[in-house]
Amino acid sequence: MSETDTLRDNRDRGGPAQPLVLAQNLTKHFPIRSGLLNRQTATVHAVDGVSFAVHKGETLGIVGESGCGKSTTARLLIGLIELDDGTIVFDGDALGSAISLRDMRKSVQMVFQDSYASLNPRLTIEETIAFGPKVQGLADPLGRARDLLGKVGLDPNRFAHRYPHELSGGQRQRVNIARALAMSPRLVILDEAVSALDKSVEAQVLNLLCDLKDEFGLTYVFISHDLNVVRFISDRVLVMYLGEVVEVGPVEAIYGKQAHPYTASLFSAMPSMDPDNRTMEPPLSGDPPNPVNPPSGCRFHTRCRFAEDVCSGAKPALATFGNHPDHLAACHMHDPASGHSLAGAEASA
Amino acid sequence: MSTAIALAASASTSGRRGYWSGVLKRFSRDPVAVGCTVILLVLILAAIFAPYLDLADPYKGSMIKRLRPVGTEGLPLGTDEQGRDMLARLIYGGRLTLYVGLMPVVFAFFIGAALGVTAGYVGGFVNTVIMRVVDIFFAFPSVLLAIAISGALGAGIVNSLVSLTIVFIPPITRVAESVTSSVRSLDYIDAAKASGGDAFTIVRVHVLGNVLGPVFVYATSLTSVCMILAAGLSFLGIGVKPPEPEWGLMLNTLRTAIYVNPVVAALPGIMIFITSLCLNLLSDGLRSAMNVRD
Amino acid sequence: MLVYLLRRLLYVCPVAIGVSAICFMLVHVAPGDPLTAIMAVDATAQEQEAMRAAYGLDKPLPTQYVIWLGKAVQGDLGKSIASGRPVAGEVIGAVQNSLVLAFAASLIAFPLGIFLGFLAGYFRDSWIDRAVTTVAIAGVSLPNYWLGIVLVIIFSVTLGWLPAMGAGDGAWMWDFTHLSHIILPAITLSVVPIGIVARTMRALVGEIYSMDFVQALYAKGLHRGDVLRHVVRNAAPTGLSVMGIQLGYLLGGSILIETVFNWPGTGFLLSNAIFQRDLPLLQGTILVLALFFVLVNLTVDVAQAIIDPRIKRS
Repeated sequence: MSETDTLRDNRDRGGPAQPLVLAQNLTKHFPIRSGLLNRQTATVHAVDGVSFAVHKGETLGIVGESGCGKSTTARLLIGLIELDDGTIVFDGDALGSAISLRDMRKSVQMVFQDSYASLNPRLTIEETIAFGPKVQGLADPLGRARDLLGKVGLDPNRFAHRYPHELSGGQRQRVNIARALAMSPRLVILDEAVSALDKSVEAQVLNLLCDLKDEFGLTYVFISHDLNVVRFISDRVLVMYLGEVVEVGPVEAIYGKQAHPYTASLFSAMPSMDPDNRTMEPPLSGDPPNPVNPPSGCRFHTRCRFAEDVCSGAKPALATFGNHPDHLAACHMHDPASGHSLAGAEASA
Repeated sequence: MSTAIALAASASTSGRRGYWSGVLKRFSRDPVAVGCTVILLVLILAAIFAPYLDLADPYKGSMIKRLRPVGTEGLPLGTDEQGRDMLARLIYGGRLTLYVGLMPVVFAFFIGAALGVTAGYVGGFVNTVIMRVVDIFFAFPSVLLAIAISGALGAGIVNSLVSLTIVFIPPITRVAESVTSSVRSLDYIDAAKASGGDAFTIVRVHVLGNVLGPVFVYATSLTSVCMILAAGLSFLGIGVKPPEPEWGLMLNTLRTAIYVNPVVAALPGIMIFITSLCLNLLSDGLRSAMNVRD
Repeated sequence: MLVYLLRRLLYVCPVAIGVSAICFMLVHVAPGDPLTAIMAVDATAQEQEAMRAAYGLDKPLPTQYVIWLGKAVQGDLGKSIASGRPVAGEVIGAVQNSLVLAFAASLIAFPLGIFLGFLAGYFRDSWIDRAVTTVAIAGVSLPNYWLGIVLVIIFSVTLGWLPAMGAGDGAWMWDFTHLSHIILPAITLSVVPIGIVARTMRALVGEIYSMDFVQALYAKGLHRGDVLRHVVRNAAPTGLSVMGIQLGYLLGGSILIETVFNWPGTGFLLSNAIFQRDLPLLQGTILVLALFFVLVNLTVDVAQAIIDPRIKRS
């Protein structure tokens, strides 16, 4: 259904086979300055060579511990942070050459985690939603704003003139969604958009997001640390660790069998509903290593139970795993040529 | 000083009221602030409409009526060392005193806010240049800087305005820069950028509305110091020139009279004190009404 | 912390150079010719040129600045136009007198301000708090030069208890005659810092008492006195920095008070310099005072770094 919708969109130039976003080798290093002369003494490897595609009409979930580079990736995608390296191709147009950042921003919008900090306290919610359409010169911004308030379930007659502090957290997040939709985007990045909400409100907002996706033919990038929520909303899942992609694949494939030991431990930290299937072994212990000096080779080797010499020596590449062609993981255990003792055998994670 | 915006968290959420009507409501419930506003308004209106108040000529002296005490028939506040009517001189004196005492903060507010918002929003090299220059001016205690510039420029109303404006630009710039930097890091600025707004539009719509309030409150807290300093410059003889009536200058010329008529000699100081006290209390009232804290 | 201290020290250099540039420019924004005061009225154009050259005023401004700065670094601030004596000597004598006054005023202001502020912060929203707040706001609203006059009217003119003018004869000593001269100006000067220190301490102490850790201390069963020790430790760095800055302001703010009491300090020197249009003297005095203020700020920051664990460990 969403496929017919995207086909109807006259901005769709590449057709359904062309990914909406193709991110290649995204890299962002933040310098740390210290010392007497404020020289750069270290680098935070926030995002290091991340590549992925977002297909039209799908929801791509991005998961990982805090500090793994999820939010930085989101901000790189929307151009709020400048890329150090890598390319972004939007529907076949390379950003910076075929399409300008300003033009791409008409098609990409973002919803932030902190519903309060993402609304200007001095503007009514109607003015906040109308700001984008106004600067882009769209017709009747205020009418559009009231329209969208209705779509996100807030009666415009009651809410249009209110200020952010007069709304609940769930209502504010609905406003943020309406603000994103006001630009008629094709891609919406949801950066922990429901994480700060109460569980019941979270469910309502998630349902709203699903409805809006169908209605407007949207594509979502959904960033979260909550695996249950990601499973509910995503078509495909991308797992990040210390600024790198360790595993990516369809939601049912990954939730069925995790290819990367990190993904496996992440999922084993998820409480099970089945009393016969309790978590017996401890999930991940300790904090992730410092992204200032990430470990060599496979960045997970410092916490991995299966780590061997090869893991600290060479960086594993993303390769297909199991019987699903779209299920990729970066682990030496799945590469028979790597020299890992468990390579080739099915790792019993 | 780290000025942060306390986001307006009002208890009642009913109705469609804006930020400013809430501020007005809270302000009007503060009897001290309202009282000070009334006193200041009376002083300002009296100064503006002094010529219509049927007062004696504040410039006309009399050799025989010098230094009459307070309560003399026809001279309720006595006369000064040249026999000029003190009541008339105190009311007319409000004109220059308030003008030179308040306008520098107004000028400094606009210049300092512009510099601070630019430094805070643009950041980087621009920020470094602006803030380092501000730091240099901060190396002077305000009284010293005012006296230094006024002393070099010489007496006169314009020179006083210039030197006091220069004194108050750095502190206002600093506050504006720090508030702007903290606002700039909030998500709604990122959201506005993602909507394709250019820097100028974002500053106009999203930054100024959240920055100018706290900066304005801070500027009002400087008015009292500015008043005292402006009168102080005149008191030193490097502000307003005689024979203009001005409270600081009157305080100076009446110093010779303290042995003869101490109460009259103290009157101009009482006016300065009342005004600056009201300005301070008014600023405190505004601060709490606008939910600004530092 | 060493890096922090070194950076802070290094940072003083550009500020000091900026300060000297402003002081240098003071003379050049001044209207009229800096030499009018000493130039003979009937000097010919040639004589005027010769004089200019003698004072180095014929060179371009940046050159003049570098020459002036080079001499200033060696302690040569030029000669007073009015008295012909070296500026440096006159300024040093005056700074000593001003320091004595600032020190005396801070002896009154700091203990009193801290005490009042603690009292108000501890008994927040009580009548004590309101009384202290009123006193503090009155203190910062007082034009202190006027307060000086009022004190003279009361204690010198009416009661005849204390001298109204000067610092006493001869060099400064901490004896009865000299102390009787310093009482009135020191009280006058201390009023504003009392208000500022009390207000700051009140806010600080009130804020610390409302923090969760104070509740935790009470919950552990600590006595009020022991809790107070924790509060004092937390208030110390900020309190110290406020006092340090106030000490600097006392030095600069004393100019008006010194004029009221004819106190032979920098303020007195400055007003003489202004009225005799003695620009080298004006320039030198301001430079020394501002550099002193920079030094005070530096000392405060270093002291703060030493007692504040958050800076110490960074």
